[in-house]
Amino acid sequence: MKCRLGVTILIAVLIFFAGYAALFIAPDEKTMHAVQRIFYFHVASWVAMYCAFTTVFYANARYLLSHHRKWDALGVSAAEVGVVCCSIGLTTGPLWARPVWGIWWTWDARLTSTFVLWLLYVSYLLMRGLLEDSEKKATLSAVFGIFASLDMPLVYVSNRLWRTQHPQPVILGGSGSGLDPTMGKVLVLGMISVCSVMVLALIDRYRLELLRQECDELRFEIESRSTQAQDFLVSAKPKVG
Amino acid sequence: MSTVRAAGILLGKELRLEFRSRELLSATIIFALVVVVLFSFAFDPTASESRRFGPGLLWIAFLFAGSLMLNPSFSREQANDTLDALRLAPISPFAILLGKMLANFIFMSLAELILVPVFAVLYNISLAGIVWRLVLVLILGTAGLTITGTVFSAISAHARMRELLLPLLLLPILTPLLIAAVESTASLFQEQPALDTTWVAFLAGFDIVFLTASWLLCDYLLEE
Repeated sequence: MKCRLGVTILIAVLIFFAGYAALFIAPDEKTMHAVQRIFYFHVASWVAMYCAFTTVFYANARYLLSHHRKWDALGVSAAEVGVVCCSIGLTTGPLWARPVWGIWWTWDARLTSTFVLWLLYVSYLLMRGLLEDSEKKATLSAVFGIFASLDMPLVYVSNRLWRTQHPQPVILGGSGSGLDPTMGKVLVLGMISVCSVMVLALIDRYRLELLRQECDELRFEIESRSTQAQDFLVSAKPKVG
Repeated sequence: MSTVRAAGILLGKELRLEFRSRELLSATIIFALVVVVLFSFAFDPTASESRRFGPGLLWIAFLFAGSLMLNPSFSREQANDTLDALRLAPISPFAILLGKMLANFIFMSLAELILVPVFAVLYNISLAGIVWRLVLVLILGTAGLTITGTVFSAISAHARMRELLLPLLLLPILTPLLIAAVESTASLFQEQPALDTTWVAFLAGFDIVFLTASWLLCDYLLEE
């Protein structure tokens, strides 16, 4: 418990420092100025999102192979955290795009495929809410999760092919090509801090899910025992009479 | 019993079941027709515009109709717990899935067989000279729709609000298929029709990826 508190405080300090570094330490961008500073958290949230969704795929595959409930818990926790990171990326993107591109949104390959990714995992979470039997929920959502992961490369390739055939008026310049060394360091710091927040949230969510599973099992046990007891009483009555 | 033979028998069962009532098929066709008609009110396209919007409209209508049509595929089995009986039969679970996929493919193709000519008439698109190439695109696109749709119908059959859940799961997964099908259909609707082979190959790839995935995962999908 003490260790967890320590780690949480450490990560809080880290993310605070990353925010400070992004705002004050990173050099000013020549054309975009202050707006560009969102980049350090925008890119970092994508990295965190990809880590989370890779975890979903891994957990889903492991669940189907082993049928151990802990993998299901990991899958749903990672999907939730991934959706949060994806939402952060999808909100910070337009905030940057509006002053720089002049538009909030463009149906560019990368934006479109991320949006589809967000939709896929939101429907994954919605589906889990609609399935009642917990074993069925775990298996079927793992199957859907694997289908969604398989779909992802196809979504990206199709959008890429589609958009190269119809060039867009707004074209993203390769930002990674000429990054200032200080900017690079701030970006790495941002990535590390956002990813550690993601991992922290993931671990907490995973623990909560395990507790929830345990709670469900206990509730089921109580119900089955109370029906057993009732059956016993009913069968015992005639003998007394 | 071999998987193919078992799937054939199950396909026969599905077809017999459907052709006794024809409810599903007629409802699907009318629904797709409603979508096509509504689009003309929403966009009021001219001849050149309908050439541009036509392919997208056609595939959106198919996707919406498909996502509704595929619903009963598995939920129909639940009324009398017949899926359990099928699972007890000495056949591989993939045979059950394959039989349903083939049946849904046939229903969807029949609906398209009626809808495409009606669509061509309503939106002034000449089908002469492109029929066989269009059939190829339709077959590949419909296969992708029914493969993923049948799998997701097995998933949504266990859920509450299953009629709503199936399109929710299916339509985002089908975005690459929609793009590929629309682009290859659009290449046929141009003044000089030339089939875009990249997109046709992409459609075939989509079908292969998801057919393989459903073959690998069908044990888990249908387990009790």
